[in-house]
Amino acid sequence: MGAGRLYGAVAAGGFRRYATYRAATAAGVFTNTVFGLILVYTYLALWDEKPHLGGYDQAQAVTFVWLGQALYATLAIQGGGFEIEFMERIRTGEVAIDLYRPVDLQAWWLASDLGRALFQLLGRGVVPFVFGALVFPTAVPGDVGRWLAFAVAVVLAMVVSFGIRYLVALSGFWLMDGTGALQALMVTGIFCSGMALPLNAFPGALGEVVRALPWAAQLQVPADVLMGKADPVPAFVFQAAWAVVLLAAGRLVQLAAARRVVVQGG
Amino acid sequence: MDAFIEVDRVEKVFDVRRRTGFMKRERRQVRAVDSLSFTVARGEMVGYIGPNGAGKSTTVKMLTGILMPSAGRLRVAGIDPSRERTRLAHRIGVVFGQRTTLWWDLPLIDSYRLAHRIYRIPDARYRENLDRCVELLQLESLLDVPVRQLSLGQRMRGDIAAALLHDPEVLYLDEPTIGLDVVSKAKVRGFLRELNAERGTTVLLTTHDLQDIEQLCSRVMVIDHGRLVYDGPLAGLHEAGESERMLVVDLERELPPVRVASARVVRVEGPRQWLAFPAGQSAAPVVAQLAAEYPLVDLSVREPDIEAVIAKMYAEKAVS
Repeated sequence: MGAGRLYGAVAAGGFRRYATYRAATAAGVFTNTVFGLILVYTYLALWDEKPHLGGYDQAQAVTFVWLGQALYATLAIQGGGFEIEFMERIRTGEVAIDLYRPVDLQAWWLASDLGRALFQLLGRGVVPFVFGALVFPTAVPGDVGRWLAFAVAVVLAMVVSFGIRYLVALSGFWLMDGTGALQALMVTGIFCSGMALPLNAFPGALGEVVRALPWAAQLQVPADVLMGKADPVPAFVFQAAWAVVLLAAGRLVQLAAARRVVVQGG
Repeated sequence: MDAFIEVDRVEKVFDVRRRTGFMKRERRQVRAVDSLSFTVARGEMVGYIGPNGAGKSTTVKMLTGILMPSAGRLRVAGIDPSRERTRLAHRIGVVFGQRTTLWWDLPLIDSYRLAHRIYRIPDARYRENLDRCVELLQLESLLDVPVRQLSLGQRMRGDIAAALLHDPEVLYLDEPTIGLDVVSKAKVRGFLRELNAERGTTVLLTTHDLQDIEQLCSRVMVIDHGRLVYDGPLAGLHEAGESERMLVVDLERELPPVRVASARVVRVEGPRQWLAFPAGQSAAPVVAQLAAEYPLVDLSVREPDIEAVIAKMYAEKAVS
């Protein structure tokens, strides 16, 4: 009970922290809309050449683009969530202060990042998506059940995304300078989430592999759930399984990392 | 005596690996804390000082449970810190002058509301403690200001309040006045004095500012190379450091160095002479003898500089 209220407060704080930067939010909305336009025209040209690429028709391909833009900041697909701050705290040794509190480090950052994600979904995601749906023909369902399933898939995607970034951030305990790890995260995130091209358009063995990786749980799965391309239940199981594996791995690495708190700030 | 903090022959050894060549690494053990023993009674205010790298932070990290000692026994409020870090965390407060626990982007009050949840403080208690901190630390006008807009002194006061809302029985302070101006320093010290007097909070104060210690602590512990080199009243440091007081006398005219029991002339400049005598000794007999035997015009006594005493103490230990 008390723990629920605590992490609820942390999530609310995460939400409000991002809400304070209004100019950044407006700039983000603008950027996502412009990138969406560029991608939409590129995809339309591609789907003209290769209709039904990856099993999508043109409207579905366009929907996929706008979903990608809506979830880009929410799921911190290129990074840019809590991990920047967390790594900075590791580098400076401030993470020691976090350990003085009677809270669980992983749950704390998860709550804080979920708050951020929710803000970015509402603040940065909705406008580009609505714009896209109004301007282009899209495959947006009218069915409430689909939207509810999509909402569940997005929440699970937020946890998977956190799980990946938590592991990357913890590498800071060993690397000190996490710039390289963050860049690797950025490139992998773009490619393996389907931000560049939907994962179901990837050919052969490469396609099989990327569709099984945790990044697939971020954009591809929620998009397919919304557009009715995937059954919700197996999709949730796939996402939840990755969430559990990543959170458990994060816990193990965190245990090892806590022993290294030693080094900084002596 | 109720020993609130017990440290008994505690050691902390770190393995440090160093690259010595291509694919070659050398392992070396660093003894950050070496057979350290002390106790602090409930309600004591103790200064914990030492040069950089002496082992102060390592000690505090062990006392808060985020580091496990390599050997020895440690208890805070009867709790073994590294085994029950979370349980202990409810009973301690920690303030780092150079670091903050406050939520950077949000108004100060949000960090306090969060502390309310973190420590599960009963509502009435939270209100009361917050009101008290706000009044004594003059935070009223700052509560709605985002932390990033606070000055260093304001942020520091904000951090101290955040560490006290859950009524910690022991407070670890690390450089709480670093970078503060004279007025802010006075405010922080005054508050800590009052806290200790009213609530009986045990305070362990780590600082490089000896005025903090002089104004707050009746007892001081000096650590160097992981060992306790002094533990006692601040005044006793002078004797331990073999420091001297200085009597400066102006005579009627230039004279050869005066001869007085238990003091020696260290400098002569015209009619003015400097006499050094042990810090633990009264100046009265020296002055009496001088006044009786020499044409004395004026005099003043200079107290030894405590910083010089400690610097000397560190230097001696480094040589030995």
